[in-house]
Amino acid sequence: MSTPFPSAPMASPVVTAHPAAAPRSAPAPVAAKLAAKATPKRPPLMGQPRVLIALWQGLVTAMELPPYLVPSPILMMKTLFTDWAALGGSLWVTVKITVLAFVVATVAGVLISFLFVQSKRIETALFPYAVLLQVTPIVAVAPLIIIWVKDPTASMVICAALVALFPIISNTTLGLRSVEPDLQSYFQLNRATRLQTLLRLRIPSALPYFFGGLRISSGLALIGAVVAEFVAGTRGPGGGRGYPKLAAGASPQHPPMFAALLLISLTGVALFVLMAWLTRVALGGWHASETSHD
Amino acid sequence: MTSPAESPPLAHAQAPLPHFTPAVEVLSAEKTYPNGTQALLPVDLTIEEGEFVTLLGPSGCGKSTLLKMVAGLLEPTDGRLHLWRKPVAQLDESGKKMAFVFQSPTLMPWASVQTNVRLPLDLAGVPRAEADARVTEALALVGLSKFANALPRALSGGMQMRVSIARGLVTQPDLLLMDEPFGALDEITRHKLDADLLDLWRKKKLTVIFVTHSIHEAVFLSSRVVMMAARPGRVVEEFRIDAPYPRTADFMVSPEFSRYAKLLQDSLLRASVDTEETVA
Repeated sequence: MSTPFPSAPMASPVVTAHPAAAPRSAPAPVAAKLAAKATPKRPPLMGQPRVLIALWQGLVTAMELPPYLVPSPILMMKTLFTDWAALGGSLWVTVKITVLAFVVATVAGVLISFLFVQSKRIETALFPYAVLLQVTPIVAVAPLIIIWVKDPTASMVICAALVALFPIISNTTLGLRSVEPDLQSYFQLNRATRLQTLLRLRIPSALPYFFGGLRISSGLALIGAVVAEFVAGTRGPGGGRGYPKLAAGASPQHPPMFAALLLISLTGVALFVLMAWLTRVALGGWHASETSHD
Repeated sequence: MTSPAESPPLAHAQAPLPHFTPAVEVLSAEKTYPNGTQALLPVDLTIEEGEFVTLLGPSGCGKSTLLKMVAGLLEPTDGRLHLWRKPVAQLDESGKKMAFVFQSPTLMPWASVQTNVRLPLDLAGVPRAEADARVTEALALVGLSKFANALPRALSGGMQMRVSIARGLVTQPDLLLMDEPFGALDEITRHKLDADLLDLWRKKKLTVIFVTHSIHEAVFLSSRVVMMAARPGRVVEEFRIDAPYPRTADFMVSPEFSRYAKLLQDSLLRASVDTEETVA
């Protein structure tokens, strides 16, 4: 009984952290990674999900914690099955907004980066606005957007996209500028056109940076979607959708809030793993970040 | 460059003038950077078609600057540069082609050897079938046919440099500019590539300007050596290396080779001494 109490609630994020670390140790398809099969390099004992989950279950049972404080993993899994209709529906709403926002942010971010690298002056003039967009808290802007844009889904997608936009602009712009000078000279010597240089030199050079931006933005899109749903739920016409509907509607006797939290975290992890896999597919052959550790 | 022999006086005055086509003419070209640094004092240099000229000198002597001005990568602050009697930017009009090989292989790491070599043809819009045939030929020239589909990172430094040379040759250039191309390689690989380069130069009747800081490389390769000095960068002396081609490994251990090396070494020392005095 000497174990400090807070260790149990912290278990949830720790559990989800493992699959995120997996792609670095096991170069295998996504499915295999998620299945947590025996990999050559296992994480230390404490980092293994089954150990943590067992510890969590053991503590909850041993300390007789009521489910409204901390539900046990078994209870959470039960809830996932019994409340799947509500949980799954809400998750689908959140995932839809996240994915739409992520796509919008990626396309917009890349186009803005192309604009920025056309001239240093354009970048100097416009980059501060991108920074402004990034540092303005989305919670403060979201109500405005929800009022301005009639369609609730569209407004939430815009909010989430705004959160996810900056890393893509920043990274892609940096990448498009990170061309080896001699290679740039070589293109110049061969009288390459602006378009040829963009397609054959700048874009391939930018890919490692672009994928770095994608990894950050995928998580941010999810956070942005959840925040937008919260704001829409309190102020907007939709009356609350997705994640907050669950969180708000949860009765103290039931642990769907924790189940929803688990689902959201797993979604974030899945997005990250997907991005890591995309990065490997795109850069696996040639870039040092993907080739140095095999 | 006919030498006055023991023939009757002034007999040579009526002999036909030696005919040559200047490939490169540097007409009092100089480079001063906006902060006032004189990278290169005015240089006058004429290079005949088919010559193998080496620019030799300590670092900071402006040899790379001069080469980049010939390539059109740098604009001279004053003076002019002509290639086949046309300003550098209008080389196309003369129907001649130039290729540049950098100090590092400067390959696209994401593209196969084949795609890297094909790059200048792709940029020029050469039809794919013709381009592929020429790439195959260029890779065979540098002995890398087996590695057409490999990525650059799978190759050694020397092999990457060969790819870079193949990329230079694939456009069938008349003028080949090389900026310390083998400087980063080990000595054995460098000798091998030097010998291969001489073969190519003779086979393809190229005009080559080769930048190096290695005296041995300069003597082995060149028909003419242009010695440069630093601070400010300038041309100080020129040497003709009259040893006959083909030059082999035997040439490198011959007394003649040593004499040339000594000559260049003394000159390089003088150039460096000048530099130190200027600094002090």
